Amino acid sequence: MKTICRTAKLYLHYVSINVRCMMEYKTSFLLTAIGQFLVSFNVFLGIFFMFQRFSTVEGFTYSEVLLCFSIILLEFALAEMVARGFDTFSGMVRSGDFDRILVRPQSEIVQVLGSRFELTRIGRMIQAVVMFVYGILKSGITWDFRKICTVVFMLAGGTTVFSALFLIYAALCFFTLDGLEFMNVFTDGAREFGKYPIGIYGRKILLFTTFVIPYALIQYYPLLYILGKRSSALYMFLPLAACWFLIPAVLLWKFGVRHYRSSGS
Amino acid sequence: MKKYLSFFRLRFAMGLQYRTAALAGITTQFAWGFMEIMIFHAFYRADAASFPMHFSATASYIWLQQAFLVLFAAWMMENEIFDSIVNGNIVYELCRPVSIYNMWFARSIATRVSKAVLRCFPILVVAAFIPHPYGIEAPAGWLHFFLFVLTLILGLAVTVSFCLLIYVLTFFTISPQGLRMVFISAVEFFAGAVIPLPFFPEKVQRILELLPFAAMQNVALRVYSGSMSPAEMKKAILLQVCWLAIIVSAGKLLCTLAEKKITVQGG
Repeated sequence: MKTICRTAKLYLHYVSINVRCMMEYKTSFLLTAIGQFLVSFNVFLGIFFMFQRFSTVEGFTYSEVLLCFSIILLEFALAEMVARGFDTFSGMVRSGDFDRILVRPQSEIVQVLGSRFELTRIGRMIQAVVMFVYGILKSGITWDFRKICTVVFMLAGGTTVFSALFLIYAALCFFTLDGLEFMNVFTDGAREFGKYPIGIYGRKILLFTTFVIPYALIQYYPLLYILGKRSSALYMFLPLAACWFLIPAVLLWKFGVRHYRSSGS
Repeated sequence: MKKYLSFFRLRFAMGLQYRTAALAGITTQFAWGFMEIMIFHAFYRADAASFPMHFSATASYIWLQQAFLVLFAAWMMENEIFDSIVNGNIVYELCRPVSIYNMWFARSIATRVSKAVLRCFPILVVAAFIPHPYGIEAPAGWLHFFLFVLTLILGLAVTVSFCLLIYVLTFFTISPQGLRMVFISAVEFFAGAVIPLPFFPEKVQRILELLPFAAMQNVALRVYSGSMSPAEMKKAILLQVCWLAIIVSAGKLLCTLAEKKITVQGG
């Protein structure tokens, strides 16, 4: 317990250093935040204009799709904010900076996590929250305690799954030294295509995202529960079950650390 | 002219070296195209009557878009050029007896074409074997194929000249970040990279088609499957030529202005 407390304190210290560092370059921070906002705003506009022409897709209305998109965007932005260090990890391996981390008496994961904290993702989050509120107001859901819990579980589970994906991306750098671009399909691709409920992509994709990479557990099934299309309480807890994905990710990372050979100069 | 051709050849050969990057790009673009088609198919199932073009034409549009992504991607600007303006290395270029505008033009086209050559064929070949209506169809006719190639080249030239406009404007603003960001998201959206222009409401579409952004990828990808009438095609190609002329002359004008009173930053 004591060590957990100490690690948390250390992490918060890292965060505060990162934030203060970023605030030294305020214009750059603001511009990057706006840039982040514009990118996902384009995706929103795409959905908006598609629904000007079509009224539903697979039984989902405009506001329901927005609800879905906002939750996945929020999850992704949170994961990116926290786990950005893994995303830029290939640089750390190539420059040999990881050696410095290994000699310190602290967990490597915490140190890599602490190396970057992207507050700029706030641009995306603001958009996600606005869409979320709109989706809630328009979709006419009758909220109760269980549904609110489901949303919280979705956010927790989703952030975990995306962070685990970033962790796998970083762990692969131990073997390849360079970031693998095709991993973007699973991170950026999931954000891009998670804008629509996964059910619309057909049965095979749904099976893949249920059992291999658990996107459907954090997006599709709990969404069905929130929208009242399913009533079983099982759907409520599926996002938490999705956290199993963190286990292989951490194992791969541990394996990678043992395999690591310094390449720096 | 000869010196710009050799700039082109140099950059083209350089671009061909990055084969592993191309392989990664191809995988990504496959997954992207596939998912994109699934989305449109879901909308097609929901309401086929509201679909503004044939479903197979939409599939062709998406596969061509993925195959030639690097020709039109606005975010694929050259950091080297921005860096040289910010850190002052641009003086070396200015000393040479070449016009930097023409040089940048040749070099940007070469980078994009070399990358596209590596990526487009695997995507097109595999997409051709995907069963109807999800795969890419043959072009609507010989004339359409010829016009497709023509508008593809024109579209590439418009995209590159627009990027050059941003490079040149960096001479005045020093930090490229803000301009670049706004430009990239505007192009992505208005050029039809997020959703094809026919999917916009009719009134919006009519305005968007007049903008320079519509002269980029939109024309070529739609001409291919014959989803534009002959009158529309004529107008679109004319607009492409006009915009190209306007943007290039604006870029050249700004470039001469910038060269006259350039302040070199750093040493």
